[in-house]
Amino acid sequence: MTTDEQQVLDRIDRARRRRPRVREERITMAHGAGGKATHTLVEALFLDAFRNPQLERLEDQAVFPAAGGRFAFTTDSYVVSPLFFPGGDIGELAVNGTVNDLAVSGASPLHLSAGFILEEGFPVADLQRIVASMAAAAAAANVTVVTGDTKVVQRGKADGCYITTAGVGVLERDVELGADRARPGDAVLVSGPIGDHGVTIMLARGELEISSDIASDTAPLAGLVDALLDAVPRGVRCLRDATRGGVATILNEVAAASDVAVVVDEAAVPMRAEVRGASEILGIDPLYVACEGRMVVVVDGAQAPAALDALRSHPLGAGASVVGTVAADPPALVLLRTEFGGTRIVDMLIGDPLPRIC
Amino acid sequence: MRFVDEFRDAGTARALASRIAELCRSIPGEPGREYKFMEVCGGHTHTIYKHGLEDHLPDTVTLVHGPGCPVCVIPMGRVDDAIAIAEQPDVIMTTFSDMMRVPGSRGTFLESNAAGADIRMVYSPLDSLKIARQNPDKRVVFMGIGFETTAPSTAMTLLRAAREGIDNFAVFCNHVTIIPAIKAILDSPDLRLDGFVGPGHVSTVIGCRPYEFIPRDHGKPLVCSGFEPLDILQSVHMLLRQLAEGRCEVENQYSRVVPWDGNPRALRAIAETMQLRPYFEWRGLGFISHSALQLRDAYRAFDAELIFDVPGVRVADPKACQCGEVLKGVLKPWECKVFGTACTPETPIGTCMVSSEGACAAYYNFGRFSRERVRHATALPTPSIGRR
Amino acid sequence: MCLGIPGEVVEVGVDRPDLAMVDVSGVKRAINIGLLDEGEVGPGDWVLIHVGFAMSKIDEAEAKAAMEFLEGIGQAYADEMAALLESRIE
Repeated sequence: MTTDEQQVLDRIDRARRRRPRVREERITMAHGAGGKATHTLVEALFLDAFRNPQLERLEDQAVFPAAGGRFAFTTDSYVVSPLFFPGGDIGELAVNGTVNDLAVSGASPLHLSAGFILEEGFPVADLQRIVASMAAAAAAANVTVVTGDTKVVQRGKADGCYITTAGVGVLERDVELGADRARPGDAVLVSGPIGDHGVTIMLARGELEISSDIASDTAPLAGLVDALLDAVPRGVRCLRDATRGGVATILNEVAAASDVAVVVDEAAVPMRAEVRGASEILGIDPLYVACEGRMVVVVDGAQAPAALDALRSHPLGAGASVVGTVAADPPALVLLRTEFGGTRIVDMLIGDPLPRIC
Repeated sequence: MRFVDEFRDAGTARALASRIAELCRSIPGEPGREYKFMEVCGGHTHTIYKHGLEDHLPDTVTLVHGPGCPVCVIPMGRVDDAIAIAEQPDVIMTTFSDMMRVPGSRGTFLESNAAGADIRMVYSPLDSLKIARQNPDKRVVFMGIGFETTAPSTAMTLLRAAREGIDNFAVFCNHVTIIPAIKAILDSPDLRLDGFVGPGHVSTVIGCRPYEFIPRDHGKPLVCSGFEPLDILQSVHMLLRQLAEGRCEVENQYSRVVPWDGNPRALRAIAETMQLRPYFEWRGLGFISHSALQLRDAYRAFDAELIFDVPGVRVADPKACQCGEVLKGVLKPWECKVFGTACTPETPIGTCMVSSEGACAAYYNFGRFSRERVRHATALPTPSIGRR
Repeated sequence: MCLGIPGEVVEVGVDRPDLAMVDVSGVKRAINIGLLDEGEVGPGDWVLIHVGFAMSKIDEAEAKAAMEFLEGIGQAYADEMAALLESRIE
């Protein structure tokens, strides 16, 4: 590499560390895709307005002390289309997603709220189905829906049914997890095959006319987190459920927040054949495709075998795998060692207007 | 996956790479000289970066990225025309996803969609025809882009629309042809190339014969290449072997897919529905005569350029943008003045930064790192536990 | 854009001979085979798919020849490496 090229790379690095700015005049679908545009919106608009130390961590939940204990608090909205899909529905997603955002802080989820925005004309039978699956998911995750709200909007002002859930959990363990805690020498694991949910939704919309037997991986992860933290009480740095933006987005967040390089081994990333096939047909990279029941684990390298055993001993982690390592340099970058024996970058997702997947 | 995985094997790649390095040394004349080959097709550029193919090439071989990225060569004025069509009442504009973020002078499809236009991504032009059938009260326009690889699918869709009498369907035709683009490269005085990695998928349609003038008149070999990384590596090997043996000809590395004479049915479908335009503007390359396709008179009723009032105004590229030099292979992506700072995949100024096949986007997204610096990071082994 | 991927023909349409169901790594889609000669492909054949159309039937013999060339180079390289390592040991 010539010095000229290195200078250009340094200039880009400086540009990327500048404060993000929303340049668009209107919200586009890219702002909801979970990639670069979403991050810019969150950091330049929401964080700027609400700035406080809790929010600045940009974790999936806030952990706060109260009444002598530590609690986790989170919220998430669900706008998936279609509402019913192989392996689940919007109700199950709305419970599991919020449970998972609590669980990845190491908290035990306790209670949820549920807000419904319903479109005039929406079939009551469909709502009953959704609510029944929420109740079942809540029971399975050992949480209770303790409060809620309902609004109805005119026909055409919403897509059938949107759900917002919030959740609180209690941290009974003495753990501090965060995307900023990764260190060189750490190992990176994923808890199972990636991309099932995102591909399921894209295919379930029917527009692509691709058929397969694949189903969403939506699942509550609190039990899996417990199994991991029981086996490895020290040395787990960070847990994240890999939803919108996929595993690649999580790894970029870790690399940026900890100012480290994350190096992923392409051959080690677990993936179903069907996810690969659909990705090849559509020309998309499965590393960016959403999961709803998988998490990324960053753990002290010495503890990686124990962490892997713990994950694999749980049904939701049976397909877990060590996929990479953390290195010091080059900072804030995710690198992929390809199966072909080369190296490339895995950057943040650049605003592809994907369908609404969660 | 069959016909994919076997062409991605790292061990074979290392073996082929060592043969390539040997060949470079054995070519008579100038030992240690650098060999430059252009991969014409953006699909190849994407493969090269996505698999980190350059890690296998010796320092004496450089791949120069060519103009074969259909999205990259669309001039701004045509994007403006497409958006103008999309914004007319009762229009559903359909296109491939690559087009969504391509900037015209007044913004992108993505922004136009946010402002109220109905712009949908389709996987195939046939999906667009289906949308037309389902929405008889709307006018459904397909923005056709692409080289000879994609033109037959647009042609087949037009034939079907005519046969079924679907009169609310139209095509905004931006199909271009590869040979004039290669000629423009060959005529470019500031480029020294030793040969071409030929566009495999275009060749499934046009075959290998149209390239024969390149060795004959310009003295450069061309190897028609497949799209897996080993295909490209083997094509480089074949080009070097020609140089070593003093041959200069068209060869077909991708013979499992490309018949020497192409696909006559596909060519017939194009000829039946489309004709060459007298000239067409290419982004960065300027006006090139007989380099693009328009609908034939018999298909006027489906021609969006005639049905809709399009501005048809030529818009100059932004001054700072050097896409033209990048498309011609004169500049490496990072040598462009605005690369990576003002022009990023998030806020592209030029088309090369938009398409996944554009040289700038490929370099920015996949290749933007110092190989010396990552050597240490990637040398650490991933614990082999848990491999799939 | 110029994306082309191999898929295996599972079945050819009975009423619609220009349509075929193809399988790509476990997912299926109907594609148009109108650009191929009639009767050119049937179940078990592989085709190259681009934007919903089969562009070309994959020639198994040509693919095999290409693989044999590549494997030959790989094997020769492996032999050389082995010989190199052995000579170092001595």
